[in-house]
Amino acid sequence: MANSIDSFLGVHAQALGIESRRAQLLAANLANSDTPNFKARDLDFKTALANAGTPLGGPLPLRLTQGAHQDAAGGALDNDPELLYRVPLAPALDGNSVDPQLEQAAFAENAVRYQATLTLLNARLRGLMTAITGQ
Amino acid sequence: MSSFRIFDIAAAGMSAQSVRLNTVASNLANAESVSGDPNTVYRARHPVFQAAASTAVDGPGASVQVRGIVESQAAPERRYDPSNPLADGNGYVYAPNVNTVEEMVDMISASRSYQNNVEVMNTARTLMLATLKLGQG
Repeated sequence: MANSIDSFLGVHAQALGIESRRAQLLAANLANSDTPNFKARDLDFKTALANAGTPLGGPLPLRLTQGAHQDAAGGALDNDPELLYRVPLAPALDGNSVDPQLEQAAFAENAVRYQATLTLLNARLRGLMTAITGQ
Repeated sequence: MSSFRIFDIAAAGMSAQSVRLNTVASNLANAESVSGDPNTVYRARHPVFQAAASTAVDGPGASVQVRGIVESQAAPERRYDPSNPLADGNGYVYAPNVNTVEEMVDMISASRSYQNNVEVMNTARTLMLATLKLGQG
């Protein structure tokens, strides 16, 4: 039954997850706006949504047959192929590619998108509640 | 992969920027702390920021940490001031290698970055509260 509610909520539930992930990335960019050699990262919403059905983590898990083998999936998620590097408008001398104004704008835009997704989800849930209670 | 990590990241950014503000305050306060010995005179201090790699549990996005605080290796300024009780045998005192203009610029930059992180935290809090109310209205 859980699956039918999932499909009723549609793409919005997945979109919320992606927007939350993007907010985290942009927050990291802003926090590292003065870190030398830090490269700003972002994700493409369209690609991320298309891949939303597949599990996260990028590289496929390795088959472990011996005790000394190491699991690749335990590594950093920064290697996720969905995560792209931002191309800076003006390269900085310290190798940092964060443009605070651009990141702020992206963060604000993402926050509005997140709230829009919440509104849409709320509308679906309200419909569901009406169907359940019959009022 | 918790959304609450945004708070951790923004808090790390704020704490790193406040370390930077602290060093600026220390540098500016000691800008005129002269000494008779070029080896013991105050040297400008600057924090070194480093991105803290994230793990699979944390989700994407690197936090920031202060790797350490380094002292500037620029030569201290030598001033001729024989009336100063700290002056050496030749009447010279040594002033710290603090560049006050650079420090002021650093202060403004740190303050702006701090504000950025505060905004991120405020927005994240609003979004989290809205998420908590999901399905209630």
